[in-house]
Amino acid sequence: MPVLQIRGLTHYFGGLRAVYDFNLDLEPGELIGIIGPNGAGKTTVFNLITGVYRPTEGEIFFNGHNLVGKRSDQIVSLGIARTFQTIRLFKNLSVLDNVRIARFARMSYGVPAAMFRLPKYVREEAEARERALELLELMGLSEQATWVASSLPYGMQRRLEIARALATEPRLLLLDEPAAGMNPGEIAELMELIQWIRRRFDLTIILIEHQMRVVMGICERIKVLDFGETIAEGTPAEIQNNPRVIEAYLGEEAVV
Amino acid sequence: MTRSLFSFLSRITAPFRAAYESLPPPVRRWTMPVLLIVFFIIALFAPSFVNLYWQQVLIYVGINIILTASLNLVNGYMGEFSVGHAGFMAVGAYVASILTVWVFPRWGLGEYIPYLFPLALLIGGLAAGLTGLVIAFPSFRTRGDYLAIVTLAWNMIVKSVLENIDAIGGPRGFMGMQKLTSVAWVYVWVVITIYLLRNLVYSNFGRGTLSIREDEIASSLVSVDTRKVKITVFVVAAFFAGIAGGLFAHIIQFINPRSFSILKSTDVLVMVYLGGIGSLGGSILGATVYTVLLELLRPLQVWRWVVGPLLLVLLMIFRPYGIMGMREWRFMVPREERIETIAALMERIRRKREAVAAPAPVGGSSD
Repeated sequence: MPVLQIRGLTHYFGGLRAVYDFNLDLEPGELIGIIGPNGAGKTTVFNLITGVYRPTEGEIFFNGHNLVGKRSDQIVSLGIARTFQTIRLFKNLSVLDNVRIARFARMSYGVPAAMFRLPKYVREEAEARERALELLELMGLSEQATWVASSLPYGMQRRLEIARALATEPRLLLLDEPAAGMNPGEIAELMELIQWIRRRFDLTIILIEHQMRVVMGICERIKVLDFGETIAEGTPAEIQNNPRVIEAYLGEEAVV
Repeated sequence: MTRSLFSFLSRITAPFRAAYESLPPPVRRWTMPVLLIVFFIIALFAPSFVNLYWQQVLIYVGINIILTASLNLVNGYMGEFSVGHAGFMAVGAYVASILTVWVFPRWGLGEYIPYLFPLALLIGGLAAGLTGLVIAFPSFRTRGDYLAIVTLAWNMIVKSVLENIDAIGGPRGFMGMQKLTSVAWVYVWVVITIYLLRNLVYSNFGRGTLSIREDEIASSLVSVDTRKVKITVFVVAAFFAGIAGGLFAHIIQFINPRSFSILKSTDVLVMVYLGGIGSLGGSILGATVYTVLLELLRPLQVWRWVVGPLLLVLLMIFRPYGIMGMREWRFMVPREERIETIAALMERIRRKREAVAAPAPVGGSSD
């Protein structure tokens, strides 16, 4: 049974059609890519899945839960985490806090327990601290745990964002252009990292990429969007030779 | 200016810190509780060696610390802009006063009033918290300046409602309270307030609150129930404002709606931004400095009231983070959250992990 089922997802911003009739069946453990030129509606799909926008039309089912109409935090605690195209860390907070915040829904003590330092608070806090530090250690950020997030170099900020997403204990991870702003060396490293976390945390992943060659290497299946519509779908090899895809990309290149 | 003020403060306290660090751990563990008790004893005997005027100033300092620290939760930690803190203070003041002046005597508890005073304060705080809940529900449906407008209106509504209820004195005010607030009582409430708020700030809710200030969308996308956090924090802040109101009523023994006007709220805002947003230590400092400053400026008479708003404008322009913005005194940080504790824990985790599995392929810190 698919982890994620999207049927006829459509979204309008006023008169602008951002996403039209988007369908997806995602099997557990799959790593698929969504590519397409700027403004093709890729990020909007993520925003619709995670409840930032409410779709104009369509259904989204995640492990049997209907996501349409749910708040973002509810959707995330069901097991969907994401990163952002432009890094959105909590800049003035410590690296450790950035990760711990993502454990919000995994903690159940109330305000009185926190204020009076009741055993439940002490226990859950100790666990959160340890889990967060373990995650930072795994992601190679152990030296920086007490740093302010904004003081990290760019590559580490990207990694911290992934660590923060992982801290919510997701089943499905949505990566929004994680390679943006990276040099070829960093990109190679990132691709390796994505495959590693996928195995390590047993994840299903959707990867949005602007650059085709990044997705080609690691994705089993690719969907191509252009002006909100799915213009192609298939294995990397199929996509590479698809005339509509070439046209969409060349068209964009010609404008640039 | 404030940065140098901060470093100046750390410089003059450096010898004390060094002495403290050289103490053996068990002694260090007990330093804070012992100091708190010593200060409590001093506060208890304050009436015998501090004159009435300065006792009153000390009490105002304490009340202002409670107001400032609680408002800092909303305006500093959460980054919202609430301007009606005096409204909650008024609710607490009137409710506590009605209890000690009318309700308790009517129940034949007249002679126990000094012992029931904490209960009256708590009920006042709860009433304020409840009104906070009513305000928070509609206000937090949207974001930004909206809360400022709602809380401004709230402050004005409270004032005019109180002015129009004749049973509690209307514009003439309400009196008959005993002088129950003492330096020792205020001290105890300040310690309790700061302790509870400190614990809250270093909890899941505290971090959630900070994350809302940093980036609300990202916050909800890492599972923070932002609505719940906002409402919780707002209610907690209102509760403590109510406590402060009760204490205030039982020191001046006469309250009227004008005591809780927007001017009072402005004062609290000034103290929050002077002391520093996102810092309880800063709130203690801000409230103390500002309260004492206003007392010292008494010779200026009416012009004194220009100082607050002017200071607020200047702070917002030149030092939006205040004296201690986003920094905290070391002793205010819970032991398990201090940098060296975290570092030690990290080290332990690293050693444990090295024995079992490989880390992510991130190639060390090549960047």
